[in-house]
Amino acid sequence: MKFSKAWIDELVETGLSAQELSDLITMAGLEVDTIEKAAGDFTHVVVGQVAECEDHPNSDHLHVTKVDVGSGELLDIVCGAANCRKGLKVCVALVGAELPGDFRIRPAKLRGVPSNGMLCSYKELGVDFPSEGIIELPEDAPLGMDVRKYFDWDDSLVEVDLTANRADCLSILGIAREVAVLTGRKLEMPSFAAPVAALSDRVEIVLDDPAACPRYFGRVFRGLDVKAETPRWMKEKLRRCGLRSVDPVVDVTNYVMLELGQPLHAFDLSKISGAVHVRFARNGEKLKVLSGQELDLRPSTLVIADEKGPLAMAGIYGGLESGVSGETTDILLECAWFSPDAIKGEAREYGLATDASHRNERGIDYEIQELACQRASQLLLEICGGSCGEIIRAESPSHLPSPREITLDMSLVHRVIGENIVTEERTLEILNALGIRTESRGNGVLAARSPSWRIDIAIAEDLIEEVARIYGYNNIPNAAPIASLDMPRSSMRDLSLDRLKSMLVARGYNEVITYSFVDQGKMAAMFPDIKPVVIPKPITADMDAMRVSLLPGLLQVVSFNNARQQNSLKIFESGLRFVPDADAENGIAQIKTLAGAISGLASPEQWGQPSRNVDFFDIKGDLETLLALTGCGDRFSFVQGASEALHPGQRADVLFDGRKVGCVGLVHPNVQKKYGIKFRTFVFEIDLSAVSSTLVPEYREISKFPSNRRDIAVVVDDSVPAGAVLDAVKIVSSNLIRSATLFDLFSGESLGEGRKSLAISMQLQDQNATLSEAEISSAVSSVLEVLKEKFNAVLRD
Amino acid sequence: MEQLDNVVDKALKEIAAAATDAAAEEIRLNYFGKNGFFTEQMKSLGRLPPEEKPKAGAAINKARQAVMTALTEKKKSIADEELNRKLMSEKVDVTLPGRNTDSGNLHPVTRTIARITELFSGMGFEVVEGPEIEDTYHNFDALNIPGNHPARSEHDTFYFNPNLVLRTQTSGVQIRVMEKKQPPIRMISPGRVYRPDYDMTHSPMFHQVEGLLIDRNIHFTDLKGVLHQFLLNFFEEDLEVRFRPSFFPFTEPSAEVDVKGKNGKWLEVLGCGMVHPQVLKSAGVDPRQYCGFAFGLGVERFAMLRYGVNDLRAFFENDVRFLKQFR
Repeated sequence: MKFSKAWIDELVETGLSAQELSDLITMAGLEVDTIEKAAGDFTHVVVGQVAECEDHPNSDHLHVTKVDVGSGELLDIVCGAANCRKGLKVCVALVGAELPGDFRIRPAKLRGVPSNGMLCSYKELGVDFPSEGIIELPEDAPLGMDVRKYFDWDDSLVEVDLTANRADCLSILGIAREVAVLTGRKLEMPSFAAPVAALSDRVEIVLDDPAACPRYFGRVFRGLDVKAETPRWMKEKLRRCGLRSVDPVVDVTNYVMLELGQPLHAFDLSKISGAVHVRFARNGEKLKVLSGQELDLRPSTLVIADEKGPLAMAGIYGGLESGVSGETTDILLECAWFSPDAIKGEAREYGLATDASHRNERGIDYEIQELACQRASQLLLEICGGSCGEIIRAESPSHLPSPREITLDMSLVHRVIGENIVTEERTLEILNALGIRTESRGNGVLAARSPSWRIDIAIAEDLIEEVARIYGYNNIPNAAPIASLDMPRSSMRDLSLDRLKSMLVARGYNEVITYSFVDQGKMAAMFPDIKPVVIPKPITADMDAMRVSLLPGLLQVVSFNNARQQNSLKIFESGLRFVPDADAENGIAQIKTLAGAISGLASPEQWGQPSRNVDFFDIKGDLETLLALTGCGDRFSFVQGASEALHPGQRADVLFDGRKVGCVGLVHPNVQKKYGIKFRTFVFEIDLSAVSSTLVPEYREISKFPSNRRDIAVVVDDSVPAGAVLDAVKIVSSNLIRSATLFDLFSGESLGEGRKSLAISMQLQDQNATLSEAEISSAVSSVLEVLKEKFNAVLRD
Repeated sequence: MEQLDNVVDKALKEIAAAATDAAAEEIRLNYFGKNGFFTEQMKSLGRLPPEEKPKAGAAINKARQAVMTALTEKKKSIADEELNRKLMSEKVDVTLPGRNTDSGNLHPVTRTIARITELFSGMGFEVVEGPEIEDTYHNFDALNIPGNHPARSEHDTFYFNPNLVLRTQTSGVQIRVMEKKQPPIRMISPGRVYRPDYDMTHSPMFHQVEGLLIDRNIHFTDLKGVLHQFLLNFFEEDLEVRFRPSFFPFTEPSAEVDVKGKNGKWLEVLGCGMVHPQVLKSAGVDPRQYCGFAFGLGVERFAMLRYGVNDLRAFFENDVRFLKQFR
C-alpha cells in the first residue's frame, strides 16, 4: 500500500516528518519499504500566465511568449511545447531556478530570441504524472505562487509492506487510525454532507448466496457527465497513492477505496436488464472483462449478474459490456461486502490481481459500506453533476460478521509477554485506543469486543499481540529462559556426518551443495531403471526431476568448473536423494546419501614427484578410508558393478554384509561427454545409513611375542579377483595371520597367457608364544593349499 | 730427559700437521705401535736400576700422556670435520615447496549451519532433521496456514500433487517433533527448503534453520533474550538489534528481527514468535500447560553477512575458486 503522507496528516495531525512517521508505524508492524518525494527537488518555480504567444520566426515548433508571473513585468520565454497558448496558466521556472538533475535556468537566446525562464512539464519537475507538454494549471491558480506550495509537493509517498492480517490498513483511514493510536492524537473522519436522493429509481438486488455476499448496496445515478474533468486535487492524491486518473467515475471509486478501504464498482445502468443477482457462476458462463479478455468462469467464482448473464466478477474485476463508457449517463453504483472466503484465491486462478480483489480477499470493514456509498455519491454528484436515488440495501444480517466477544485474562498476557511487563491499566488503554472496546470484569479478567475493521482479531492471543505491538516490542525486556534442563541423548556408536565430512576434507575434497532437482533427460541416461519423482511445474526445464542420485549434480559441478579452467577437482556432497518407494512415507524414499567425484591430477604438481591423473584406486582408497571409520570396514566388500552411469570395466558395487549400499567407479565416457567434462572423472556414492554407526573400541592386549613376515607369490588366472584371494588368506588360521598385504601384482609372458602373479606378505604372530619355524611353515602351507584348492593358485618359483 | 722432551715436541708438531685420519693413525703406530717410541721406552724401563725406575717411569708416562691426549683430540677433530662435510653434502633448499596434498573445505552454508547449531546446542537445543518432500499437512495445515493462503499457491510452492510439496520452510519439523515428544522441547532443525523463485536475489533452493523451545513458562521476553544473545554471538559484534511486529500464521505475537548494518541501514535477519496455540493443539501439545517460541532464519543471508558474499548464486554454482576461500 502506497500512501501520501499529507493525506494522513489531513486525518490525524502529528507534526511528524515522513521519516518519523515511517519509523513509528514500522515499529508497530506496518513495515515501510520506501519513502519517495512527491516531486523532484527544485526551487523558484511559480504560477504564471501566458500573456502573449507567437510563433518563433526561425522555428516551426517553438513559441515566443510573454509570461505574467505577477511581478508587474512580463517575462520573455521561448517554449517548445505544443500545448503552449495564450491565456494558459503555467508553471514558470524563473531565472535562477534549480530543476531536478542539476539543471539551472539562466538567461539565454533560443535561435536568436531571448528567453528568461522556462515553462515546465511534470517530467521536468520530477513528477511522475502522465501528460503531454507543459503543465496546464486551472484558471484560478494564483499568479506568482510557488508551485511547490500550490500542489503541496513537499509531500512524501510512503510504501508500506502490509502483513496478510492487516487488511484494515489498506486505506488512508486505516493507517491514520493506527497513527492516531501510536501518537495519542485524535482521528478526524473525512467530513462531507451526504447527498439527498432526488430519484425514485430502484433496481432489484437479489443475494442468491448470502453467505458469500451478505451485503450489497446499490444506488442509481442519472444524468452524469462522465466527460467532466476529475479535479486536480483528486488526481494528485490518486497519483501519490500509485493510481492513474481514468475518468471521473473510476477516479471517484478509486478515491473512496483509498480513503476508506471499500472497493466500489459502477455499472452502466442502461446495460442492466432486470434484477441484479449476486451468485456463483454457472457452468459454461463466460465474461469479457474490462481488459477485453474473455474468461471462462469457474463455478467457484462469485459474479454479479442480470437476467442475461454475468456482468462482473464480484469483488475482483468489472465486465467490459456493463462498464462505464464515454456514452454513459446513468449508472448503478455497487458497494458491497463479500465474504473473503468467497473471493480468496479466485483472482489468482485467472492470473488476475486487482486493487479490489486484494482488499476483498483480505476482508474489508463490514460496517463501512454505508459511509463509503455516501462518500462516493457525494463526490460523483459534485464532479459529474446529475442526481441519485436512495441507497438500495440488500442485506442478510445473519450472514454478516459480528463483533467477536473475547475474554482476556491478564494471567495469559503475563504468560505470553512476560511476568508483569504490561499492566492491566495499560492493556485496557491500548485495546480501547485501537477501537477494541474492552472493560475490566475484575480479578484481572477483561472483556473485549473486536471492531468491524479488524476481522483478524478472534482469540485472546490476537489481543495480546496488539497489546505487545503497541506497547512496543523494544520496550519489552530481554530475559533468559527458565527451562527444564535435559541432557540430549547421544551414543558413542553414532558416526556423525561431520566426522565423515572432515575425513573427506582432510583428503582434499571440497564440499559442494547442488540443487535437489536436476535435468531428467541427463539423469535418465545414467539411471535408466529408476523413474524419478517429476516436478510438474519446474522453474526451468533442466531442473524438472528430483535427483535419484547425487552424481548428476556432482558431474554438473565438474562440468561448470571445467568451463572455468578448473580441471583438478575433488568434490563431495551430502544430502537426500529421492526414490519412489511404495513402502516409504508419501511413497517416496528420501535417502541420506554421501557422494564424491574426482577428476584431473591426483595431487598438486610438485617438483619432487611425478604428476599423474587420478585413477580408480585413488577414489577407492578415499572410500575405504571412510568405510574404515565405521570400525567394521571388513564387512564392506567391492564387487563388479552394473551401473549404466559407469565404465563397464571400472565400476564396483559396495556391499555391506552382502547388501548393496553404494557404488564407485569411472564415469562412463558417454555420460562424461553429455556433461561436457574434460577429463576422466571417478565417482563414489554411498548411503549414509551404512556409515552412520561405528563400533565402540574394545581393548585387545598387544602380543609380547615377536611377529614373523612371510612372503608368497602365487600365480592365478586373470579372472580371479585379488580381493577374493586376500580374503581367503585372512580366513585361513586367522588366529596366526594378523594381516595379509598385496604388495605386488605382475603379469607377463613368463607366466603364460591370462595369468597373473600376486605377491602377498603375511604377518604371523601368536598371542601367547613365540612361533616356531614349524608352526609358521605349517600356516603358510595351509594358506597355499587353500589357494590352490579355491583358485588353482600355483606357488611362483 | 732432554731427549724425551724433544720427542714430545716433535710428536706434537707431527700431530698438529696431520690432516687425515690415516696420517693420525700413522703417528699412533710410530709412537704407540708394537715398535713405537713409547712402547720401546717402556720396555727399556725394565733395564734401569730399581731406584731410578719410578722417576723415569713417571717422566715417560707424562710424555706419553701428553702425546696420547693430543692425538686423541686430533682424531676426534678429524672425525668431526668429516661428519660435518658429509652432512653439508646432504643439505637441501628448505624453501622448496613441501610434498603436500591440498586439503579441502566445507561449504560456507555448512559452516554457517555448524556455527548456528553449535551456539544453540550450548543451550541444550537438539538438532533434528525432517523430510524435504513434505505433505501439505505438515508444511501448511498444522502450521495454521489456511487452504486459500497465498503461500500455498503454485506460484510460491513446488507441488507434486495437491497433497505433496517440496517443503517451503523448515517449520514443519516443529510439528513432526511435537507429534513424537511431549515438552520440554528444545530443538533446532537446519535444512534445504524450496520456493519457485529464481533471480539475482532468489534461489529455488536455499537453507533455513528452524528453532523451537516449548516448556511450561516461556515468554516473549525469553524469545527476545535468546535471539538477541544468539545474534550478538553469531556476528561477534555488539550489533544493534530490533524486534519488529510482524505476522506469521503459526506464531502470535510474531516478530521480524533486524540488525543494523555498517551502512546504518536495518537488515532483516530472522522471523520468530510465540507458537500459536492452534499449532500446539494440532501437534498434540496442550496449550494450557505449555507454551514457547519458534524462529526461522535464512542460512544464506547469515553466510552472506558473515563472509561478505554479495551474490546468492555463488553458493550453488560451486566454483572451486569460491569454495576454496572458506578455509
